[in-house]
Amino acid sequence: MASANRTSVPRIEPIWWALFSAGGFVSAFLVPVHLFVNGLAVPLGWLDTDIASYARMSELINQPLVRIYLFVLIALPLYTWAHRFLFTVQDMGLARFRKPLAVLCYGSAVTGSFWAVWILW
Amino acid sequence: MKASTSRSTIKLEVTRYRPSVDSEPHDQSYEIPCTDDMVVLDALNYIKDRVDGTLSFRWSCHMGVCGSCGVMVNGQPKLSCAIFLRDYKREPIHIEPLTNFPIIRDLVTDITDFMTKLKAVKPWIIRKKEKPLSEGEYRQSAEELERYHQFSGCINCMLCYSACPVYGLHPGFLGPAAAALAYRYNLDSRDQGNDERQPAIASQEGIWECTFVGECTVVCPKDVDPAAALQRSKVATAQSLLGSFILPRASGKSATEGSS
Amino acid sequence: MRATWWLRNPRYFLFMVREFSSVFVAAFLVLFLLQIRGLRAGAEVYQEYLERLHEPGWIAFHAVAFLFAMYHSLTWFDLTSKIQVVRLGRTVVNRRIVAGLNILAWLVVSGGIFLYWTRG
Ligand code: SF4
Ligand code: FES
Repeated sequence: MASANRTSVPRIEPIWWALFSAGGFVSAFLVPVHLFVNGLAVPLGWLDTDIASYARMSELINQPLVRIYLFVLIALPLYTWAHRFLFTVQDMGLARFRKPLAVLCYGSAVTGSFWAVWILW
Repeated sequence: MKASTSRSTIKLEVTRYRPSVDSEPHDQSYEIPCTDDMVVLDALNYIKDRVDGTLSFRWSCHMGVCGSCGVMVNGQPKLSCAIFLRDYKREPIHIEPLTNFPIIRDLVTDITDFMTKLKAVKPWIIRKKEKPLSEGEYRQSAEELERYHQFSGCINCMLCYSACPVYGLHPGFLGPAAAALAYRYNLDSRDQGNDERQPAIASQEGIWECTFVGECTVVCPKDVDPAAALQRSKVATAQSLLGSFILPRASGKSATEGSS
Repeated sequence: MRATWWLRNPRYFLFMVREFSSVFVAAFLVLFLLQIRGLRAGAEVYQEYLERLHEPGWIAFHAVAFLFAMYHSLTWFDLTSKIQVVRLGRTVVNRRIVAGLNILAWLVVSGGIFLYWTRG
């Protein structure tokens, strides 16, 4: 038992967890409909292709609120991925690489968030 | 009369390990008479009394209260006194010691680790200052009791530790029952020990290792729902930490349930 | 404990499916972000991107990702209903009702987004 670890209360872990859970909430509520419209309904012709057209999408993205919405939609679930992926691959036998994996996973999510800001604004 | 599913004898495969004789655990088969009203523990006792007196296992109450008789039955953690032979159609029935614990002898495991963790969360009522006797008892309303009641049914049987892959993978993990008991006392209106329990709960190996597999709740014979207790502790800990960025101190009984 | 522990028990396996749904959700969102980047780069680049979405490979990916996203949503409402304690006065609301209301809200929100996105 690593008793040294037990007495120290990490401050960062609850923050990753809170981001994970906010992202899980966002993906649960918002992702399926976007995935359906953008990835299936429009390409398969179930909906008018105009919906994803350049003009229409530009018009959407020019609205400041839509941009903020898209940022939330895209950035938060990245932390859900980072958290879940880190814990599951570690529990599938990669526990030795916990530290580098954590940097990689959470690092990617943070980078992804900045990238989204960069693209959206 | 219709042919019943009951059998007159039953085959069991029981893990045997006697450190003085065996180099490692192995299975031993027994075939014993059985009736419809026999539980797995009855079969073990039959073997010990009539067939092989060297078989070792723990039990005490034979009524699902003491929590000492947990074993793996066909790979699932069960109280051997609460599970009927008749519910197992396939023979032989495999009986093994609880997984995730070191084995001492036959079906007896070493539970020191659990005991240490249990103590670490101080599962008793902590008062900053005891009231003098003359002021009477600590009173509690039915509603205050209801808040923690579900989490107070734990009999320390450790089935949840056997079911928990996270405990199997990270032996340092505080684990379901200890976390549930910590939560139970944190929710108790008479208790003032949240801060004292916090180091054991909020550490990396406290609640954060848990991935909400949920199997602890599935196997718990007392409907304690340790998985819910653990997740609610995460919510409460995250809330109080995030809250402490805004307010200097945001702990108290109202915050602990971590819910809306 | 062996690295294949999650194959031992169907509930462990479903747990893994649940956790890995996040990979598909994140992959979709990154693609979506790339699509927006295409939009920023001009009509031509964007058109190329749109056409790529018609390829069977991408359709197949989105179909699989959609199933995982749905699985995430449903398990998420189930899990949160185990964590959330909703009280009405003195009584605790049954968690199935809480999950049901969440699913209802999810359908309403999805419908709203659908209408806004497709009509404008
Ligand atoms: S929480 Fe349930 S399974 Fe775990 S030790 Fe207590 S009674 Fe047993
Ligand atoms: S013998 Fe006491 S719980 Fe089974």
